[in-house]
Amino acid sequence: MNNRGPLLIAFVCGMLMMAESFLDYSWLNSFAEWVQKYYIIIAAFAIVLGVASLFKLHLAKLKRKEDGWRYSLVVFFGFFAMIITGFFMNDDGLVGTKHPWNAWLYNNVQLPLGATMFSLLAFFIASAAYRAFRARSLEATLLLVAACLVMLGQVPILTGGIFDNLPEIKQWILDIPNMASKRAIMIGVGLGMMSTALKIIFGIEKTYLGGSEE
Amino acid sequence: MIFNFLNLMFQIQIKEGTGPVFFVLVLFVAALFFFLDKARKGATFKIRKIAGLDAVNEAIGRATEMGKSILYTTGLETASHIATIASLTILSRVAKRAARYGTRLQVPSFDPIVMSLSQEIVRESYLEEGMVDSFKGDDIFYLTQEQFAYTAAVEGVLVREKPATVFLMGYFYAESLLLAETGNSIGAIQIAGTDAVTQLPFFIVSCDYTLIGEELYAASAYLSEDSNIISSLKAQDFGKALLWIFLLLGSIVTFAGSTKFLSLLGAST
Repeated sequence: MNNRGPLLIAFVCGMLMMAESFLDYSWLNSFAEWVQKYYIIIAAFAIVLGVASLFKLHLAKLKRKEDGWRYSLVVFFGFFAMIITGFFMNDDGLVGTKHPWNAWLYNNVQLPLGATMFSLLAFFIASAAYRAFRARSLEATLLLVAACLVMLGQVPILTGGIFDNLPEIKQWILDIPNMASKRAIMIGVGLGMMSTALKIIFGIEKTYLGGSEE
Repeated sequence: MIFNFLNLMFQIQIKEGTGPVFFVLVLFVAALFFFLDKARKGATFKIRKIAGLDAVNEAIGRATEMGKSILYTTGLETASHIATIASLTILSRVAKRAARYGTRLQVPSFDPIVMSLSQEIVRESYLEEGMVDSFKGDDIFYLTQEQFAYTAAVEGVLVREKPATVFLMGYFYAESLLLAETGNSIGAIQIAGTDAVTQLPFFIVSCDYTLIGEELYAASAYLSEDSNIISSLKAQDFGKALLWIFLLLGSIVTFAGSTKFLSLLGAST
């Protein structure tokens, strides 16, 4: 594949966007805004591709009567219900997301389903914590002790006597060792981001275009 | 200081407060080209072992032996996010190996642009391996841009298809633990990588291997085994050394009671 065109576009756009971060010229700021607007336009058109992909996948499931093909019917039902109530129905001037049916579907189906998925996190945290806090090694034991101190410091049930200092101990763990580790990771991430961006701008890394050097 | 000089000499209009970042960027670019030049002259660079990346081949091989698929997700960010781009570069390497071994690769996408990019990357990888006939475009599919709907859909794929290997690479939010625990429950070997500091503990607990922060960005270079790309890791090391020096100097000068160093960097005192 001839990658010269895309590489040139990546280089020119990348350099201009980078210059925009440091230089104060109105044309450069306008260019950055223009690029960001185009990204939004492309993203809007790309939704069509996404929906086409989703439809293709679920139509194939229905045709082949694959396991769980009934769920594909739910996908189509949900999709068309939102489209019809959102685009084609008018209730005394209330259209789109303000239409009562569309709003009802969103508030009573979409939101509770999302909340249900989110609430599962509590159970998953418990199972993950059980695995993480088993004191099988020195590191795991340290993790267990730190976690217990932070958890106990977070809840005001053991105040009084020897436990008076727990909130301070918790805060110290969060502010000193925890923050130091987080910042170390963030410094590495920052350098990694810069390195990846520069590799792409200068055409050193080309795998995102599909080809590779391997 | 440098910016004031440029401003006076060449009448360049420079944004205020960007001096230190520009200075570090110039040094970083210089280091990048220095190590790239060394690599092109034949120098080889030693990089430390990253267990998660060494396990990539083993994980793909496991899926092949078991006759099961591989699931790869690029996270919940768009194509403009640098972690997603890093994930796409890793996808290319994984896809090549999957194509070589004839293993099915599924990529459920959160963003339609990322889906299009993933399709093109995987197709090219299959093409390079001479396995374009095995490429199934439908295996790289779009799901939704709703966070928990996407999570539910991926969990559905995990539970129904029971892939032997799961890659969770990119930027994740609260869904990280839901995905990783579901993958864990089906017995898949899981390799995760993210620069989302708040989600790292969840991946470490639930996945077999986790690429922490910068390792996600180093993965493509590591897997490529190409000196030109690996040279960028050396530039990163140089950046780290530079920051070490700044931290040390800053600490000494600040402990000595001076705020000049901080003022020079534009930091508030």
